[in-house]
Amino acid sequence: MLKIALIGAGKMGISHLSILGGYADTDIVGVCDTSKMVTDFLTKHGKFNCFSDYGKMISETKPDAVVVAVPTKYHYTIIKDLLEKKIHVFAEKPFCLNYEESEELVALAAKNNVVNQVGYHNKFFGTFQETKRIAASGVLGDIYHFIGESYGPVVLKKKADTWRSDPAEGGGCLLDYASHVIDLLNDTLSPIAAAKGTLLKSIYSGKVEDAVYSLLELTSGQTGLLSVNWSDDTYRKMSTSITLVGTKGKLIADANELKVFFKEDNELNGYSKGWNVKYITDLQDGVDFYLRGEEFSSQLNYFVKAAAGLVPNTINNFASAAKTDKAISIIKKSSK
Amino acid sequence: MERILFGDNQFFAVNHISDSKSREQSIRFKDDSAIIKVLDDAIGAGINTFMCTTHDRIANICDIIRDNPEKYNNFKIFPCMPYAHKYANAVTELGISGTLKQYVPGNFFGSLFKGGMAFLSKDYEAIMELMIDAEMKMFKGINTPVIFLQNVITDLLLGLRAYDMLVAFHSYIKQKYNAEAGFITMNMPKLLSVLHKAGISNPIICASINKAGFRMSGGKEIYEETLKTKKFRAIAMQVLGGGAIHPKEAIDYICALPNIESILFGASTKGNIENTISNIRFFDAKNK
Repeated sequence: MLKIALIGAGKMGISHLSILGGYADTDIVGVCDTSKMVTDFLTKHGKFNCFSDYGKMISETKPDAVVVAVPTKYHYTIIKDLLEKKIHVFAEKPFCLNYEESEELVALAAKNNVVNQVGYHNKFFGTFQETKRIAASGVLGDIYHFIGESYGPVVLKKKADTWRSDPAEGGGCLLDYASHVIDLLNDTLSPIAAAKGTLLKSIYSGKVEDAVYSLLELTSGQTGLLSVNWSDDTYRKMSTSITLVGTKGKLIADANELKVFFKEDNELNGYSKGWNVKYITDLQDGVDFYLRGEEFSSQLNYFVKAAAGLVPNTINNFASAAKTDKAISIIKKSSK
Repeated sequence: MERILFGDNQFFAVNHISDSKSREQSIRFKDDSAIIKVLDDAIGAGINTFMCTTHDRIANICDIIRDNPEKYNNFKIFPCMPYAHKYANAVTELGISGTLKQYVPGNFFGSLFKGGMAFLSKDYEAIMELMIDAEMKMFKGINTPVIFLQNVITDLLLGLRAYDMLVAFHSYIKQKYNAEAGFITMNMPKLLSVLHKAGISNPIICASINKAGFRMSGGKEIYEETLKTKKFRAIAMQVLGGGAIHPKEAIDYICALPNIESILFGASTKGNIENTISNIRFFDAKNK
């Protein structure tokens, strides 16, 4: 059984811990966090072996794999240390604050032959997986325009600053929200090569942007828009969507639903001329333990299986997340 | 519990398969009067229990119910707490302790933080009790015979193996509100086994149960087996599988399963409410 440990029991870390705890086939050997309120709870109520120093946790519990869910600014140092110890790593997104560090970790993970994954959970939605399949099949014709969007209600008024409002700590809408869409576009079509113009708008936050609007060009030469706003009250929760406009059809996909229009019949099974609508219920596999969406359970399941050598370590690996970090830096530069 | 319970997802733009439907609902139910009208349609069709989240807008609905005691004489509410997105969005912005500081009423939490001392189990239970009381405030004077813990919290505690917190919720609801505790979950077989082991012998559990196997963790077969062989009071929700199953086929499946005490559904129109009820009555009569 895979011995796994967690570093960082904040919102994402607690969620990962609960999902792992719900699975039968991992042994959670340790949890590390600096909040005594959190570790006391996990010790007393969950009977977890908790630490405040991750180095001590690693040397005492000797995990095969570690989930790293601390703020991004600590990723590089901690992950490097884990990779050098030949421990499999699942890290939260975004991967690193600058892509030179990301690329160094990609090389180190390869050198030490450890499984590596980053928590871009959108890629585990059936709808987005189907979107990638359809885009790659060519049935949309020449995809001459795309729109990647994400909206949600995170920062809705001016408030005191936290690390989420500090760009040096990985805060801001670009790193937090937009990274998901950037990662999806990179993966669905091809990596972002250039930003033709970018607006990073602060709406309520003092130091960081609350919205990102950018005109993008991909390495494939395809162009399109990125539109992301985390200060949008008209959404109940984060809502991410991808629109692909091609010469033979148009596709609109979000986490729950995939709508695709074809000008003519084509060879794609289960689709025909005109509008086709598929729902999450048609496209998503069930999970063994559900906390807050199949995608969160599926991504950890994939990581655990990859560590056991049962699936290839291809979805959301460090190399793919490093490309996303690079795209983030391209977008940031173009806003200046 | 009554055979048919009326849910509230449609009022708060919760749609599991379509963001555009969710937007339409949000527009349609902008005013509380639109919610009340649909609730009245449900009552007119013979449903007297409304199972709802502790969303801010439910407070307004509660005001209307209290103001019309004769009209809502037999009306019951099953509150489901908490409205998780309120907290989830706050955690993204403020972190876990920041969110608790904001939402746990009184000075209790502030004084704990200042001390820098170890937290005791009873402290966490006290925090939970304060939060339950805060969520229950809006229902004062309304009949709430069953009070539920929402699935995201039930399942979070289940995964964290904080089973004693589930038991603490169960005890506190009984002791303070003289009501039955219920648990909503997406992991029914696992939760039931935990609750049984903890000595809760006949718990009320509301879970996604449908012919498509949608959100039935571990698979449909283990759910069916659990219903056949284990003791608990089951409420089936998401019986239409988010719209994936034809309504008649969906209800036929549910009504033929053993041990389902209640069926929870939501609908936005009088026609859909009446259709669903008549389907349930039809298949129930057939299975008698």
